[in-house]
Amino acid sequence: MERPLTQFIHPGCPPFDLREYEMTGGYSALKKALAGMTPLEVQKLVQDSGLKGRGGAGFNTGMKWSFVPMGDAAPHPKYLIANADEMEPGTFKDRLLLEGNPHQLIEGMILSAYAIQAGVSYIFLRWAYKKAAQLLRKSIHEAYTAGLLGKNILGSGFSLEMHLHTGVGRYMCGEETALLNALEGKRATPRAKPPFPQVSGLYGKPTIVNNVETLCNIPHIVNNGAAWFKGLSNSEDSGTKLYGVSGKVNTPGCWELPMGVTVRELIEEHAGGMQNGYQLKGVLPGGASTDFLTAEHLDVKMDFGGVQAAGSRLGTGTMVVMDDATCPVGFVHNLQHFFAQESCGWCTPCREGLPWVEKMLMSLEEGSGTAEDVELLQMHTQLLGPGNTFCALAPGAMEPLQSALKYFREDFDRHIQLHRCPYENGHH
Amino acid sequence: MIMQEINKKQTTRSGDTAKYTEGVFGADYLSDQERSEIDHEVSMVPHKSAAVIEALKIVQHHRGWISDESVTAIAAYLQMGAAEVDSVATFYNLIFRKPVGRHVILVCDSISCYVMKYGDIYKALQEKLKIKFGETTGDQCFTLLPNACLGCCDHAPAIMIDNDLYKDVTVGMLDRILQKYT
Repeated sequence: MERPLTQFIHPGCPPFDLREYEMTGGYSALKKALAGMTPLEVQKLVQDSGLKGRGGAGFNTGMKWSFVPMGDAAPHPKYLIANADEMEPGTFKDRLLLEGNPHQLIEGMILSAYAIQAGVSYIFLRWAYKKAAQLLRKSIHEAYTAGLLGKNILGSGFSLEMHLHTGVGRYMCGEETALLNALEGKRATPRAKPPFPQVSGLYGKPTIVNNVETLCNIPHIVNNGAAWFKGLSNSEDSGTKLYGVSGKVNTPGCWELPMGVTVRELIEEHAGGMQNGYQLKGVLPGGASTDFLTAEHLDVKMDFGGVQAAGSRLGTGTMVVMDDATCPVGFVHNLQHFFAQESCGWCTPCREGLPWVEKMLMSLEEGSGTAEDVELLQMHTQLLGPGNTFCALAPGAMEPLQSALKYFREDFDRHIQLHRCPYENGHH
Repeated sequence: MIMQEINKKQTTRSGDTAKYTEGVFGADYLSDQERSEIDHEVSMVPHKSAAVIEALKIVQHHRGWISDESVTAIAAYLQMGAAEVDSVATFYNLIFRKPVGRHVILVCDSISCYVMKYGDIYKALQEKLKIKFGETTGDQCFTLLPNACLGCCDHAPAIMIDNDLYKDVTVGMLDRILQKYT
């Protein structure tokens, strides 16, 4: 089984420096593209490969690129941004790529920038990833020294600057238009779309924002072709995927596997099954803003279509397991506390609605909740749902809430009947 | 208090910078080192105000936190309104608008750490340090803060102290960890 993204990543060992990366085929895709492919050919190849964005939205990457104005009349500079603001609770996959093989990301970024003819690129890295920051700084410097970044890269006439930007917190920065505002030194509030960033993004110029894992796939697609990339997967979505499992399983971790492995395979084979004495009650398949799946869904394929058909989203592909000793109301309260805190306050439903949702869940968890609260929670899943807010934060927050009300309604009712949390590991 | 006085001095929210650059906390409040680091960031962006987050990070790096004086000084230096700078400073949770201890302990309180009982870690830290979230120890050694997901969910519960990440934290490990910081 091929693992292109992680084949050279050995946790605990330092990542490859430039020389080691090149010795194992690194930057050969860049040389190939600069010497023999036009930017539009790179776009077409990536589009044909079926690569879908790995940040959660799952949009065809090559298609996203195709909306960028090209040619001499296009506004410039254009920007290419790596979204490395990994902050979706339960998600720890980009960290592996950032710390494990920084040159792979840099090569992917140079290729992607070439494809859209961007002149400036940024890595927007979250504050907490200190080790990644240090490694990226070193690797960017190595790439500049070797003529892989800067003016006239490898004599091709293509030039690209690359900067590392480290954030100062806030989940909102991961939303692509809020990220642009943060890079411009503003509050990270989302922007209205249209215009889409592909046309008017950073400083009003055409901009592409791609997730780290998405970008890391590009060198391998350029080297090996679209058919190879499709063949890596055992589902209709191409490629491999970084999957993760956390919670009370025996061996939590992150693994690169063919796209489309089942929930069961992930939990039982890779994560070693549930810890002794615990049973699986639910899973968030792709981070905090995805609907619960339950033990009924163990044979669901973890690809975009499979998880969607089961009523949730693949999201980031890193799942959080909820065991039977963890209170679902407390679990969802924790999630809503996060979303209420991280709401940027830009639009009313999110700013006002999420704290209310959090308070109702808190009162349920503390034993003072009523049946009316549960009805109000249900109503909020509509009011804060898609179409009523500026960005996807509040609708994302409602996903685990609406599915908890669907699958774990008995637990909500027991809190009301008993006037307390029935779980030992409940409210704290 | 200081912000109120500064705001009184300002006749317009932004644009008319002269009113407070002449005030007590003008750009000369910043050290030469701070100004030179901010200049470098300004040189990388199309207009000065785009460097404001970097400027806040720089001043916080040197002073530990962002005081009202620092806000107005940065505003003067970047030709922005003090309220504009403060709106950015207060938006980002890792820009500290109150003094913090010499070391900041961030306890991950997000979902995987919730499942793996970060509450036990927080309770033990509360007892050992005699402070709650948002507070600083009397000797100014530690500030204790909750933090959203540290991206270390496979090794939950996780905490960060300054630049150091601690994984699979147990209550029994805490004394040894805290000892490293003085």
